[in-house]
Amino acid sequence: MSDDPAVEAQGLVRRFGDDAALHEVSFDVAPGELYGIIGPDGAGKTTLFRILVTLLLPDAGTARVLGRDVVKDLWNLRSRIGYMPGRFSLYPDLSVAENLGFFAALFDTTIAEARETIAPIWVQLEQFAARRAGALSGGMKQKLALCCALVHRPEILFLDEPTTGVDAVSRKEFWDLLARLRDEGLPIVVSTPYMDEAIRCDRVSLMQGGRLLVTDRPAEIGRGYPRPLLAVRGSNILGLLGALRGFPHAAAVWPFGEALHYTDARRDAQVEQITRELAAHVQSAGLSGVSMSPIAASIEDAFMWYMAQEQAA
Amino acid sequence: MRAFVGFVRKETLHLLRDRQTLAILLLFPVVQVLIFGFAVRTDVRDIAIAIVDPTPDVATLELRERIDASDRFHIVGVAPSARGLDPQFRGGAIRQALVLPAGVERRLGRGDSLPVQLLTDGSDPNTGGIMQGYATAIVERWYRDAVPATGALRIEARARMRYNPTLESSHLFVPGLVAFVLTIVSALMTAISISREKETGTMEMLLVSPIRPTAIVAGKVMPYIGLGFVSVLLVLVAARAVFGVPLRGSLVLLLAESGLYIVTALALGIVISTKAPNQRTAMIAALAGLMMPTLLLSGFIFPLDSLPRVLQYLSYAVPARWFLTIVRGIMIKGAGLATLWQETLILMGMTLFLLAKGSRGLAIRLG
Repeated sequence: MSDDPAVEAQGLVRRFGDDAALHEVSFDVAPGELYGIIGPDGAGKTTLFRILVTLLLPDAGTARVLGRDVVKDLWNLRSRIGYMPGRFSLYPDLSVAENLGFFAALFDTTIAEARETIAPIWVQLEQFAARRAGALSGGMKQKLALCCALVHRPEILFLDEPTTGVDAVSRKEFWDLLARLRDEGLPIVVSTPYMDEAIRCDRVSLMQGGRLLVTDRPAEIGRGYPRPLLAVRGSNILGLLGALRGFPHAAAVWPFGEALHYTDARRDAQVEQITRELAAHVQSAGLSGVSMSPIAASIEDAFMWYMAQEQAA
Repeated sequence: MRAFVGFVRKETLHLLRDRQTLAILLLFPVVQVLIFGFAVRTDVRDIAIAIVDPTPDVATLELRERIDASDRFHIVGVAPSARGLDPQFRGGAIRQALVLPAGVERRLGRGDSLPVQLLTDGSDPNTGGIMQGYATAIVERWYRDAVPATGALRIEARARMRYNPTLESSHLFVPGLVAFVLTIVSALMTAISISREKETGTMEMLLVSPIRPTAIVAGKVMPYIGLGFVSVLLVLVAARAVFGVPLRGSLVLLLAESGLYIVTALALGIVISTKAPNQRTAMIAALAGLMMPTLLLSGFIFPLDSLPRVLQYLSYAVPARWFLTIVRGIMIKGAGLATLWQETLILMGMTLFLLAKGSRGLAIRLG
């Protein structure tokens, strides 16, 4: 495998009519990296993936995958890229083995030749080899699709929302498989709408409205949170939410499980001062039994913050 | 090569797995033959005729017997006057009436003129003309036999329909059905199977592979070529078994020309599928865009000569028209390539044009 970056995207723009699906998207994926693109539906993830796998032309900007230009070198790239589209795109009337065999033939190889590469997935699929793909569970379908994307031993994998609509256990199993492939040195670019999956990546970009808002290692993203953040708990969560949102210095208040995460608008305010003022405000709203404590921002806090900023802009 | 074989295999599996569609595709040719053979008849049989005979005598009885003896006619009534014929015509009880004058035998003996009136239901002009012809022939022959030879020179013109002397409509429709069935099976199924890949997103998977789009399409259509040949044979066997339609020319030539037309139809299907975003659009486009011209502008249902001039010119662009001429030539007239080479060349040209157009329309990327 070469030392070229697995992906280099420079200023990618793609428009559909008057709507821009991508605004100047630039990022790099290092060799052997598991790179996540996290964003809600409609963020432009699929458009970005389709450009990178040579299926769409960018209106501006350039992209190189494995050191090759995605526009000019498409025939070279197509035999080296593994791609799993967002929609389940196998043949439901063919069996698991027939689907896999077909995609192997498509890349001029056979299941036997690919046995080693697909082994970790195939052991889970093998018992269903004769079953029609349409009769598989959601998780198994995605594993079959991954298997089909791997059958020609690609040098890079692009997985567009591989875990959407899949149960929690299957999602975890799927990410375990991806980690294993990454450990073998395969660069993987994966998109997901689920923020809890971000921590499984080496690096992530948050994508919204056709832009990459922030890119970093998952652990670093929370550290860069630009405002004081507090977790607020109380018996009347709904009342508390309304009260906090009514506080003049509130920048953002979001429910996170049992607690509310409160972000203050003042960049340099001291936690003690905020706590004092908030307690007074909550009390005047007639709420009691409220506790609050400063917390370190999680990756989800950071994403919520950046997305809100992007939406306001 | 592996990819091509893989494609043929996969497409064959699709075809075999979809039992309902396969059953329809295999029954379709046979059902069409039976429908056209039994329901849509243009040859005329069993015509209900009424005779008006004011003074029955030996001569008129002879005529009546001759009419009744023909399997074309059966006499539903003999009346002394023409009154009451109108309601019978309107009610459909009779389709023809022969009105004889009084004293037929006397007139014949004297060599007088014999004014005979033949009334025919003309609501369907085609069959009306044929009925008129049948009845006139019987009356004329009876008249010649009844009038003693006068020694004067008599010229007798005898009309004979070559290749189809009894005007069997099955001889006419079976070649048309071959074209029709092939158009539906090949073009429609190709258009649907390619647009299905677009609709379900599998085209995305095919496009990111190193396979060129032309190879994708070539692999996809292979099983439908096989299905096309099966359809042709089904039509021919059904037509022969049920209606005794002859195959006067060479079977090999017929199959070779059918192979050519199958490719034409597949190419039409490919062209449609490059434009249609989904299966439904492809199906409507194939049915509206191909079925109607194949039925109406090929000479299958309406003779081309009876079409308005504009439509006649339009029919030149319909591949089925040329194929129909070829199949009729081979099956009914026993013609060979020596007479059919022009039509064959035209069909080849059309096929090449459609294939070029279709393969140029195949995208190597998504829209």
